[in-house]
Amino acid sequence: MDNTATQKASVTAVNDFFMERPDYNEGYDEQTNTVIRLCSPKKDKKQKAYKVTGIDDVASKNNWKAWLYLAPALILVVIFLIYPLVNTIFISFLSDYSYVDGTYSGFTFNNFGMILGLTTYNGVYETNFVQYAIPNTFFIVFVTVPLSTLIALLISVALNSIKWFQKFLQTVFFLPYVTNTIAVGMVFSVLFDQSGVINYIFNIDTIWIYGSTQWVAMVPLCIYIVWSSLPFKILIFLSGLQGIDKQYYQAARVDAASRSKILWRVTVPLMSPQILYIIITSFIGAFKEYTAVVGLFNGPGTMNGEHNMYTIVYYIYENLSKQTSFAAAAAVFLFLIILVFTFVQLGVSKKRVYY
Amino acid sequence: MENTITYKSPKIDTSKIVLSINDAGKTVESIQRKEKIGHIASTVLTYIIIGFLALLVIFPFYWMIITSLKNNTEIIQDQQTFFPSIVMWTNYVYVFNSFKFTTFLTNTVVVAFFSTLGTLITTILAAYAFARLEFKGRDAVFMIFLMTMMIPGEMMVISNYITVASFGWIGTKQTYTQAYLAMIVPFVVSVFYIYLLRQNFKQIPNELYLAAKVDGKSDWSFLWKVMVPLAAPTLISITILKFMGTWNSYVWPNLVTSNESYRLISNGLRGSAFTDSDTGRTSYGYQMAGTVLVTVPLFLLFVIFRKYIMRGVGRAGIKG
Repeated sequence: MDNTATQKASVTAVNDFFMERPDYNEGYDEQTNTVIRLCSPKKDKKQKAYKVTGIDDVASKNNWKAWLYLAPALILVVIFLIYPLVNTIFISFLSDYSYVDGTYSGFTFNNFGMILGLTTYNGVYETNFVQYAIPNTFFIVFVTVPLSTLIALLISVALNSIKWFQKFLQTVFFLPYVTNTIAVGMVFSVLFDQSGVINYIFNIDTIWIYGSTQWVAMVPLCIYIVWSSLPFKILIFLSGLQGIDKQYYQAARVDAASRSKILWRVTVPLMSPQILYIIITSFIGAFKEYTAVVGLFNGPGTMNGEHNMYTIVYYIYENLSKQTSFAAAAAVFLFLIILVFTFVQLGVSKKRVYY
Repeated sequence: MENTITYKSPKIDTSKIVLSINDAGKTVESIQRKEKIGHIASTVLTYIIIGFLALLVIFPFYWMIITSLKNNTEIIQDQQTFFPSIVMWTNYVYVFNSFKFTTFLTNTVVVAFFSTLGTLITTILAAYAFARLEFKGRDAVFMIFLMTMMIPGEMMVISNYITVASFGWIGTKQTYTQAYLAMIVPFVVSVFYIYLLRQNFKQIPNELYLAAKVDGKSDWSFLWKVMVPLAAPTLISITILKFMGTWNSYVWPNLVTSNESYRLISNGLRGSAFTDSDTGRTSYGYQMAGTVLVTVPLFLLFVIFRKYIMRGVGRAGIKG
């Protein structure tokens, strides 16, 4: 007798067992090693009156006790993650909101108009957000994300192809990850000092940091951001590369494909899940850039009182206690941008990612 | 219908055709030798490029260390030196005395300890509930948890600041306890770590649980006697990453503390002036000595726990 026939026979036997004793609703089938439970036939008459289940199903059903286990995390998540989300959106629509006593004079769209430079508050325009925060943030995103992804991809392909010192070099490239962003930002501002080593090596006299202009100061900032975002990407790419089946490369070699062709036609398509993951996470990360600016410039500008190095997040933190509603509006704005970008990328990826 | 096919032969100037075979006149040995040379050349090239990039990556660290050992005139002179002409250990002595390193260090360690402990407790309990226990609405709650991971933390900071202020933990009369509470409590839960540990708990076979049940063990003792020891590597990763997170946190401590002596190491570093008493300008030597003191503990941690750190960080990518 073949296996399915045995099973059928035994199930019929168990079924008969239930028919004989209608007060029993559970039985154990020794042949197939499963627990058989009688379900109410009223729910769906087309379904059979029995159900074969695995042994997992009889495991714990601790209803209320489970909530006790969950309680500490749940309470904290509600207070510090879910409530703030709702509350921040709420605050962004309040006028004259004061966080100290929680008073406000009414609901308005003016906060969004304010940060976008469309409307005035007490007759004054707020220009820092449109003039500095938005362009700076977008510049950082569209320069550092492609650049660091490409460099990280090349480094990890190279790392994957070598035999000696692989582990050692991997550790070296991971080092920037285990550093304090503020501390190394300060190191970069020393490197890019007017009498610093960068100007010395290239024999130039550029003012990069203090007293510089907005776009010149972007150079050290972007270099720093690329430098500090490499390790995470290399780590992810390397783990992806090590998972690629060697057969693809053997096939490519049989076809006498060139090295660059193998890279762009074999490796990159096979790495597309990792590349997509990295691009989405680093887009989000770059939109939230803040500590790098603090580390390099020790303030929102290249000169005292200036705000020309504002990023969106820097704007949020600076206005948090002064103009809470503007900060909330900026946070909602950031949230929407990130949401849109994530969905666009996921949409694009459906066509481009080869799993 | 009839189709007429006309065939025009292309005009080819036969005198210009040269037939050649690439490998003509070569022996197997010579081809192999050529391939070997090509392979060696590309390997050497790879090593040169990657070595150069590795030097670029570690150069800031090198510069940080040598600058911390230079005196001020050497730092700002036109001729930059790649090794200090006079090694100035006194920079470190100065930083230890003026920059309140020990105060910041104590604050950071206290905050890191309690927030890591709190995170571990909430994470273990919640991950256990999600992975092992069954209750109504489990999947719905888990989905909500996961969704909060997509929201940028900056959205939360504003309201959390207000919440913490309403608890009375922020203000000009802030005490040590209040400052610590304000820095610890909002961060003793992490949805990402709950997710990470839940995945780990899920891998532990059901049979262990059933065996424990047969032996009359409660869910509680099964969690601490079986699950937690088995998930130890993940818990170590979480502990180290959380500690590193506190060590690097800048924004929140800066917002919620009113007194400089309550602040953490990053705030202390960026907030200190490191002014040279003679010139009144910022002394890069002192400043870099400070950054070395902040960076070295992280490096030590990395050297000891390299495996756990890299696995913990890498775990995030493998799920995708």
